[in-house]
Amino acid sequence: MTSLLHPPVLPAANTSLSAASIHRAINRDKLLSNGLKYLLLVLLLLALALPLVAVLGQALLDHSGHWAGLTPWRKLISSPNFLPMVLRSIGVASATALLVVPLAYLFAYGLQRTLVPLRGVWRAIALLPLLAPSLLPGIALIYLFGNQGLFKEWMNGSIYGFWGILLGEAFYTFPHALMILLSALSLADARLYDAAAAMGAGSWKTFRTVTLPATRYGIFGAFCVVFTLTITDFGVPKIVGGAFSVLAVEAYKAIVGQQQFDRGALIGLLLLLPALLSFALDGLLQRRQRAQMSSRAELLKPRRQWRRDSIYSLILLTISGALLVMIAVACLASLVKLWPYNLQLTLMHYDFDNMDGGGWLAYRNSLRLALGTSVIGTMVIFTGAWLMEKTRGQRWLDSSLRMLSFLPMAVPGLVLGLGFVFFFNHPDNPLNFLYGSMAILILCSIMHFYTTAHLTALTALKQIDPEFEAASASLKVPLWRTYLRITVPLCLPAVLEIFRYLFVSSMTTVSAVIFLYSPDTVLASVAVLNMDDAGDVGPAAAMSTLILLTSITVSLLMHWGLGYWVRRAQAWRHSVTSD
Amino acid sequence: MLFLLFPTNQKASMKQTTILKMIATVLGSGALLCAHAATTLTVYTALEADQIKAYQAEFQKANPDIEIKWVRDSTGIVTAKLLAEKNNPKADVIWGLAASSLAILDKEGMLSAYAPKNLANIETKYRSAANPPAWVGMDVWGSAICFNTVEAQKQGLPKPTSWADLTKPVYAGKIVMPHPASSGTGYLDVSAWIQMMGEDKAWAYMDALHKNIGQYTHSGSKPCKQAATGEFPIGIAFEYRAVKTKKEGAPIDIILPSEGLGWDIEATAIVKGTKNLDAAKRLADFSASKDAMGLYEKNFAVVAMPGIAKPDPLLPADYEKHLAKNDFIWASSNRERILTEWSKRYESKAEPKP
Repeated sequence: MTSLLHPPVLPAANTSLSAASIHRAINRDKLLSNGLKYLLLVLLLLALALPLVAVLGQALLDHSGHWAGLTPWRKLISSPNFLPMVLRSIGVASATALLVVPLAYLFAYGLQRTLVPLRGVWRAIALLPLLAPSLLPGIALIYLFGNQGLFKEWMNGSIYGFWGILLGEAFYTFPHALMILLSALSLADARLYDAAAAMGAGSWKTFRTVTLPATRYGIFGAFCVVFTLTITDFGVPKIVGGAFSVLAVEAYKAIVGQQQFDRGALIGLLLLLPALLSFALDGLLQRRQRAQMSSRAELLKPRRQWRRDSIYSLILLTISGALLVMIAVACLASLVKLWPYNLQLTLMHYDFDNMDGGGWLAYRNSLRLALGTSVIGTMVIFTGAWLMEKTRGQRWLDSSLRMLSFLPMAVPGLVLGLGFVFFFNHPDNPLNFLYGSMAILILCSIMHFYTTAHLTALTALKQIDPEFEAASASLKVPLWRTYLRITVPLCLPAVLEIFRYLFVSSMTTVSAVIFLYSPDTVLASVAVLNMDDAGDVGPAAAMSTLILLTSITVSLLMHWGLGYWVRRAQAWRHSVTSD
Repeated sequence: MLFLLFPTNQKASMKQTTILKMIATVLGSGALLCAHAATTLTVYTALEADQIKAYQAEFQKANPDIEIKWVRDSTGIVTAKLLAEKNNPKADVIWGLAASSLAILDKEGMLSAYAPKNLANIETKYRSAANPPAWVGMDVWGSAICFNTVEAQKQGLPKPTSWADLTKPVYAGKIVMPHPASSGTGYLDVSAWIQMMGEDKAWAYMDALHKNIGQYTHSGSKPCKQAATGEFPIGIAFEYRAVKTKKEGAPIDIILPSEGLGWDIEATAIVKGTKNLDAAKRLADFSASKDAMGLYEKNFAVVAMPGIAKPDPLLPADYEKHLAKNDFIWASSNRERILTEWSKRYESKAEPKP
């Protein structure tokens, strides 16, 4: 047992813990947790709910500001091909989730529960797509399977449409699913597996009766995230969607192509439904989920099994190989002079100051945005998740927070961005001064990426036995102290994961911030979109590559720089079993 | 002396600017005014990066006391951004946006009419009809076809010369054009076909053309670029992008279909409610001046002031005569109806073409 599991403040031997003093401590804690919850609520209302209300006002009110009733809906639904488009969107999003979640589960299982060699390398490769702008898979797919692609015979031009969207979104969503599943598979109680073995259960039966139920929550979370990410993303289908029109692109066409904010907002409202559904199901599942790591748990350590480890090595190799090929092709695209006629290598696409998008200033701005978002976002989101998971307050407060933190996943970036313009740029808004600043970009990015970070935090927190809080409370340790001294160190890998996720996502984000940047805050990711729009695929690939390299560098620095602290804080995971 | 520290050029580091801004605010607006020797104009634009550089340099030579801050994005995004900010506009001037977009902003009452100094010399059809005009044209861009000669030879495709040629079965799946609901360039073609051929014939034409379309892109510049790489050998594009792509070395021919070309104007307007009206007017004056027209001429075959443009070796000398009749008011007031009909006809196929 390391000292971490002991309460940090030991009571003097003969101090009697009177009921009254415990009561006082609990009251003080309640005050703190409720206060923080109200703060979080205010933040989520100001930076998420009200902007959404502002943009929905466009959709639900007519020009004179009166309630428009069902008319806009009727107009939307009666527009040609609306229902087939809804079905197509659901179809391609489900297909992506059904493809990605099992693959990500296998991958996560291979990393967490087998002794495959080079696990760190596979893991790093699998998370690479997170670091790339969402246009990158589109560019790569066209260079691979397009009419002039390296493997054009394979798809014969049908990359434009369902298959293009499926493959592109699979690349883009894979690490999102993987992060959640890695977290779900990271901890397990070895005693359950010993019991299963003692009762003569085979490996398949053990998986079905022990592993699968314990990771249900993660599977569900991963499915929801992949589904909603796919259904709300317009980056991939915009490039390789062809005639396969989906809702997110329809919203893009309405807002950007025709400036019909009302229609775009209605579609945005429709895209909220999957998240609301997830929220409802999450509530149901949560009631059935127990903490896996009780304070008496023994950490499961995978044992060497050659056959299993070889099979998993092959699986990891195949998936990583596929992801790497996509990235390599995009990097290559940034170095070739004129595809496919002049294959000379050149660095001319990296001369950003002579191209659209703000040049190197945009790159520096992106760095500042990413740092701001990750530092502030990690503190807010992780603390928020902990408050929701480990403290109990008024029911309405808890459930509104829970709902608000699920909402961002479903809000298409374009809709969120427009909402920010309508709300923050309103002349009567006292927060008007934020408009056009870096702060509003940071705020918008934190909100935009809230849900995945929140889910990661939640998954990690759920694995910690609530007894820690109870024990600390009965020993009169203040709540914040338990949080800082026990919860955060126990969840340090998840905290760093969130930090990194927010950093790399804000390096690549486009859809929400495209309406919010000002001349001083142009961004690299927006530059990628502009260059691709202008048909300058080479420079777009070049800027994507630069963003990718930056994020890789930051991830590696974090890995080396903070590795020591993580190992120290996580020592209990290895010493629990040796007790 | 605080104002000596205040950065007046754009390159000064952001952190410095922020800190100094904070200090300046604390010291009150008087100090802020002192610190700002120059007026700063926020200009929204859809111009290309290299054009922005050239135009800005020339403008600042004549107006060293006015500093420009650019917000540059694609036509659709800039228009959407301007409309979304309608209650509290951030832009002072719009320099280089499609006239069809400016017409929408004008309808919303967002533009401040102004007659720039050189207005008398501007061709009447290249400015808004009102007097004083809501917007004044800079240059004209019209449709053109990019035709990849290398792929054409490989795949045995004859060179088309007219819009009608594009419906021949030999081009099945070989043509790419901008989606009219996403891109102004796409809509410009559709509206030109309808105005040239009449409703019934134009829809019949598009029915036939649709059979040959490999993909509708969501950006107006992409079709020519995709023709350049041979991804789709024929791209329905516009002349500026076509000329630029060919000059970059792409194996394409630029074809101006014989029936006539759809076109739009790139124009300048002052945003109503600007706090820097005088500076904005000086920018509008410059944009309509002979000097500026000389700059536009380097990129476009037709500029708003007659007698300036020089023939481009890649385009016919009588390029302007190829432009079809174009009624902007008709095009913008019928836009929603046309796009609904378009979507009903051509977006119904659930499956992508094999």
